[in-house]
Amino acid sequence: MPALRLAAAVLSGLLFGGGLALSGMLDPARVRGFLDVTGAWDPTLAFVLAGAVTASGLGTALARRLHRPVLAERFDWPTRTRIDPPLILGAVLFGIGWGLSGFCPGPAVAALSGGALPVVVFVAAMLAGMAAHGVLRRALPVR
Amino acid sequence: MTTLPSAFAGGLLIGLSAALFLLLDGRIAGISGLVAGLARPAGPAWRIGAAFLAGLVLGPPVFALLAGGWPAMRIEASLPVLALAGLLVGFGTRLGSGCTSGHGVCGLARLSPRSAVAVVAFLASGMLTVAAGRVLP
Repeated sequence: MPALRLAAAVLSGLLFGGGLALSGMLDPARVRGFLDVTGAWDPTLAFVLAGAVTASGLGTALARRLHRPVLAERFDWPTRTRIDPPLILGAVLFGIGWGLSGFCPGPAVAALSGGALPVVVFVAAMLAGMAAHGVLRRALPVR
Repeated sequence: MTTLPSAFAGGLLIGLSAALFLLLDGRIAGISGLVAGLARPAGPAWRIGAAFLAGLVLGPPVFALLAGGWPAMRIEASLPVLALAGLLVGFGTRLGSGCTSGHGVCGLARLSPRSAVAVVAFLASGMLTVAAGRVLP
């Protein structure tokens, strides 16, 4: 049932993009407001994350009771568990870019539909950063 | 326009999206991973990821139709700063194996210690970055 699987993926993506729009997370100034703990702190993002983790947590608990997903052969669970330097360095670099712009990957990709040049510039640079990692990963001292 | 209840409701939708993607397709709704996956050879997994991302891009216009208007978007950073930020976000999310969705929405829901550490690290560095921007010229 590949068509059903694709439809399920499109529906999931739609809910994600709609949720970002409803929650105010497409607005980089609001996201930066949450990160601005020494200024006029905006708690919105904490409420978004609380709602998201609640629903995602219920789904995860249910998934753990299933032998396989409804439409696919197996669950694609993350396998890595080590807390290593690449994890922390990567998260720190991501946080710097997030703080500078107010964009993380989800809202940036969702906001592409607005067609604004700054969003296109951010996403193009993000793709370049991902490609750079793909090229450099073998040369990096840490993986 | 955005209130805290609508923020929580929007968060529930995002979490529902991640739950459905996991329960139906067996996949983790981590946006940076799905975007990076577009560079891999086409196959069933590629099509599923691309379908999710297509839905993600269509989400805000569908919301705008239902809500009667596009949500607020205030971009404060200049184009050069956005380019630098994009490079850091792209490189950092690959090196760190995830972003706000993969480590935050999905990883925290799985009670993954690895994701919890990543979330603390990117929140702390994001907050320090914004704070530094207030102090520096």
